[in-house]
Parts: sequence; structure tokens; C-alpha cells
Amino acid sequence: MRAAVLGASQGMGRAVARRLAQRGDQVFVLGIEPEQLEKSAKDLEVISGQPVGWVECDLLRPETFGPALDRAEEALGGLDTVVITAAIFASQERLEEDTELLRNMLLANFTNTVLLCEEVRRRLLARGGGTLCVFSSVAGDRGRKPVVLYGATKGGLSKYLEGLDHRFRSQGLVTICVKPGFVKTGMTAGLKPPPFAGEPEDVARRVVRAIDRGKPLIYVPPPWRFVMMIIRCLPRFVMRRIKF
Amino acid sequence: MSALSPICGWGRTSTVMADERLSENLERITREATLTRGLGRSYGDASLPHASGARIANSVLANRLISFNLETGALRAEAGLSLQSLKEIFLPRGWFTPVTPGTQFVTLGGMVASDVHGKNQHVEGDFGHHVRWIRLRLGSGEIVECSETVEPELFFATIGGMGLTGHILEVEIQMQRVESPWIWQRRERIHDVAITLRRLREAGEQWPFTVAWLDLLADGRDFGRGALMCGRWATRAEATKPLSLQVKRRAVPVDVPGIVLNRRAMRLFNAVQFKWSQRDSEGLEHPETFFYPLDKLLDWNRMYGKWGFIQHQAVIPCDDSIEPALQYFDLIRTLEVPVYLCVLKDCAHEGRGTISFPLQGYTFALDLPFRPDATQRAVDRLNEFVIENGGRIYLTKDGHTRAEHLRAMDPRLDGFNELRRRWDPEGRIRSALSVRLLGDTP
Repeated sequence: MRAAVLGASQGMGRAVARRLAQRGDQVFVLGIEPEQLEKSAKDLEVISGQPVGWVECDLLRPETFGPALDRAEEALGGLDTVVITAAIFASQERLEEDTELLRNMLLANFTNTVLLCEEVRRRLLARGGGTLCVFSSVAGDRGRKPVVLYGATKGGLSKYLEGLDHRFRSQGLVTICVKPGFVKTGMTAGLKPPPFAGEPEDVARRVVRAIDRGKPLIYVPPPWRFVMMIIRCLPRFVMRRIKF
Repeated sequence: MSALSPICGWGRTSTVMADERLSENLERITREATLTRGLGRSYGDASLPHASGARIANSVLANRLISFNLETGALRAEAGLSLQSLKEIFLPRGWFTPVTPGTQFVTLGGMVASDVHGKNQHVEGDFGHHVRWIRLRLGSGEIVECSETVEPELFFATIGGMGLTGHILEVEIQMQRVESPWIWQRRERIHDVAITLRRLREAGEQWPFTVAWLDLLADGRDFGRGALMCGRWATRAEATKPLSLQVKRRAVPVDVPGIVLNRRAMRLFNAVQFKWSQRDSEGLEHPETFFYPLDKLLDWNRMYGKWGFIQHQAVIPCDDSIEPALQYFDLIRTLEVPVYLCVLKDCAHEGRGTISFPLQGYTFALDLPFRPDATQRAVDRLNEFVIENGGRIYLTKDGHTRAEHLRAMDPRLDGFNELRRRWDPEGRIRSALSVRLLGDTP
């Protein structure tokens, strides 16, 4: 596998990149903060024993997408898998107060993520197919009080990813939508972990298995599939009352 | 994101609210922190903040490898790298740490700060004997590098220094080549404490890994029955099977009510354990089972219920005679709190760290359920014996030793505090343990 991972310097993205590197796949690191990207690429080099390249690619700057993918393709000698874990997260309260942050979150998590996916789609279809694995969230499954705004972007993204998979799978483009529940990473630091909170390494193991098998949708950690199944069934008057 | 979260040691006997920061960028989050913790496997208060609401850093996401020299085996990595990751990455390639503690859920930084030891203490010494270099953020905020030759005092104070000399950011250790990832193990069933003590020493002359487990709940003649486990890395010829490191782990999902794990249940457990252990056996063993038998049950500390438990580990110096160790067993027998589990190891090398734990002698790790007052009295009695016999206790396990007791058993503390003050004049770096035992301001 020759994979570019956007978000590979942090949290689940880094865990996925590590898992791929450990079993001998070629990896290319995309993300923000050059110093962290370099450190993460170095880590993958030590793990895989082969050189690992990196370049900045920022969801808030769509003009970086094309050149970043060019660099990845060049370094890997072709690209068959793209993993996108990057996104902006902030609490509902902060997003309600800070319009600038809200605008960036809406842009990064939906509009620009879709633009990037479209760029990847064109490239992968041109070479006869590949895998696009994108991290959405359980927050998109239902409109809920603590994640109204963040959940809206993830809901839209999940729908897009589902449609993409239906439309292009026959042409060889496999789209995988990952819906993490609570996972203990820097993104969720400071929040109280609920039951079924996951570790990034465990998530990575399941995500890589889903990529290998071409599974279009996975919930991680697995109990979240059932938690969300119940949440999706709850009537509105109940949803309006509960805090979750 | 300055929400406070409850933090406790592995024994879960006390909980402190902390402003705990978690990030890949350990340099950033340690800037304002008073302590860095890792996976929180120290039993008592070593990884707890000095005061409620204090800001501390958590290193577990900063777990990147920096370099590995295939020729020399020198490995440099960030402090949050877990031993579990290290094992998964390096064991299949024929490399491992020369020293491993009894759990893999520890970080590199934690292993340095505790100067951990393992079943091969009598051969390889402590983890600190294999540390080559440390990068550290001092209390002043300054980042320094130290080793045996560069700032050696700071280097040795940091080994076994309980994270109190600064925030450990990066570490370089010397790895060891292993012929196969399997262990060749020998088990012996022994009925008597004196024989166990002697056999442990004898076995240490042939085997790099030795440990004994004893049943201290059994009555009369059965008291102290147990098993001696000896091991070495299997040779390539012996390791006939491929090794899978994908281990099935189960979790304890809830706090088990305290009443379930009582003296009677543990007696039964120990008896079954003893009866099931074959008389004498020898053969291939999975490294996971050999080194980390308890890691298969995640969160096993919840078995002890909401009161939690303590572990008391002490080293009792014994040159040629085993008399002091036998007396220690007699004392344990009369404690008012039952000792559910006793693990005995042979120590031969004093640690390199300024306040490292090991000494030449036998180390006793005792698991006791927590009972208000009674546990304190038991710890006091054990410590009084340790002081009388010139032994030491392991701070990583400790949560209930009195400051005056520690002072009486360890004359090195003043020197250690002096060193800390030199590097951290304002006394910023501190923990609940250093407030309790070293006189730091809360």
C-alpha cells in the first residue's frame, strides 16, 4: 500500500500511519506544524526502516491540496490510498461564542474536506481506483445538544462519503467512512471520557483492517455502533430532554 | 480546555483533581506544568499533582521514536513511548529492553523516573543501568540534555528521581539483542519459604530471569507455599513456533464490590493457583505470559473495589544469611491486613540513581487491600522492620509511608533535595509524593 495520511502528526491519524508503517506499507505524512510533521515522519522512518516524506497540507488552505498530493505521489511513486483524519474540533459553547472559529470549523470539516476528497477522487479514478478513508464522527449521526455545530459538519460529511462510495465503487474507488466515538487523543483532552472511550492504537488497528477489507462504514470503538443505533431510534421529545 | 479531571494512582486509594494536559507536543504542555505523568501505573501518589487543580502534563501521546542504531542498539525516543509499543515494534526484529518491569503499560519516561527493575535484576541491574541520555525540561523552563558525562549529577538524580528533577522529554536507552522472541521457562513448586529463598539465589546463578510467587494466606504448614519461575530467552532452535503479539485482553468493566475480593476468596484463588501449577515443568513460554501475566486483564485494579489497594515493596538486605528475610515473613504473618499476593525477587545490584530503590538483598512486593487505619498500621510495622534491617522501600509503589520513616531508612534524601534545589531553586517541580515525603510546599 502507498498511503498519504492527512493528520498523521497527531492522534488517530498518527496511530494509523504507524500501524501502516509497522507492517511495511509506504506512508507519506500530511498535516500542519512542520516541526511536528518532521518528528512524526522520523518516527515512521524508524518503524518502517524506509524514508518517509512529509509536506504541509492545511484544511483551511485548499490551495495546498494539489501540490501536497503531487509531492506525495512523487515520493511514493504513485498513490493508492489516502487517509484523512484531520479536522477542527471545539466545544459547542466555544463555537457559539467565537464566530471566527465557527467559520473555520465549518469550512475545514465540510467544504474543504469535500474539496480535498474530490481532488483525491479524480486522481485515484485516473489511475484505475484506490481507497479513500475519511474520519467523520458519531457526532454526525443525530442532531444533539453538545455537538450541534460540529455534528452538522460531520453529518454532511458522512452523507457525502456514503454517496461517493455508492457512485464510484464499481469503478474501483473504495470510500471508507470512519465514525469514531470518544477516543483519548489531544483533541478530546480535558473532556471526561465516557464509557467505551477508545485508545488511538486500537482505533488504528480496526481502521487498517477496514481499509484492507474495503468496509464502507465502521464505528470505533465497536460498541459505539450500538450506542448510536439506539440514539438514532430515540424520538425527538426524548432527544430534547437528554443531555447527550 | 482547563477542565479538571480526577486522577489517581494504580492502587486507587486517593484521587486528586488536576488540570491535566495531553498532547503530542510535550515541550509545549510541560512549559507551565509542575509534573509530568505517563500511564499512571505507580501505585500511590507519585504521579499525582502536588495540589488540587495544579497543572500537570501527560506524556502518553508524545511517543515517537527518534532514532535507532541497528549496529549498536541505541534507541532514542520521546518519553511517552509505552513499553507495549516498544515490544510490538522491536521484539519481532530481535531487539528488546534489557530490563522490563512486570507490566508493559508504562512509559519510557516512567521507567526512567522509577528506575524500574525486573526479574533479571541480579544480572542486568535496573533500567537506569541501560539509560544513556536524557533530555529534560527543568523547573526554570530551560531544556537541558544530560548523560553520564554531561551534567552527570542531574542525570543520576533523574534516574529513579520520581520525575522530581524536571519533565523528562526524550530518552536514549541501550537495547539488547534477543535470539528469539520466546522465553524458555522452568517452574518449580516449593512448599517452604526458606527453601524458596535459597532456591531463588541458586537459580539466579544459572537463569537470567527469576521470580517467586508465594501464598501467604494459607495456614500452618502451607504458609509460604509457592512457585519459582526461572526463564531465559529461548534459542532459535528451541523457538519452533511463530510468535503472535496480538494478545487477547479482557477488561474489568466496573468496580467489583469490595466484599467480593475478600480473604476467603483470595485463599481459594491462591490454593487453586498453587494446585494447578505443575510440580516441575520446563518449556517454551509466551513473553506476554512470562513478563506480564496481569496485563491480560485490563484495569485489574478495579477488582479491589472502591477502597482500592496498596502495594508495599521493600528490599531486605541479605548477604549470606537468609535470616532477615525469614523474620520479615514472620512479621507479615502477624499483620492485621491480609497479604493477598507476595512476589519475591533477588536483587544484586544497587541502582545508579541518586535515590534508586534496589540494594543487594531480597525484594518483597506485597499486595494488601486498603482498609482505613489498619493499612496505615501495617505499613508502619513493615517500615519499622525495613529501617531496623537497613533496607529500603520502592517509592513507585508507595502511598502511605511516613516522612520520618523514609528519612530514617534513606540518608540520601538530603543530597537529592539539595540537587533538586540547585536545578529548580523556586521548587516548581513537585508531586503529591514529594509533598508527603520530601517536604515540598503543597
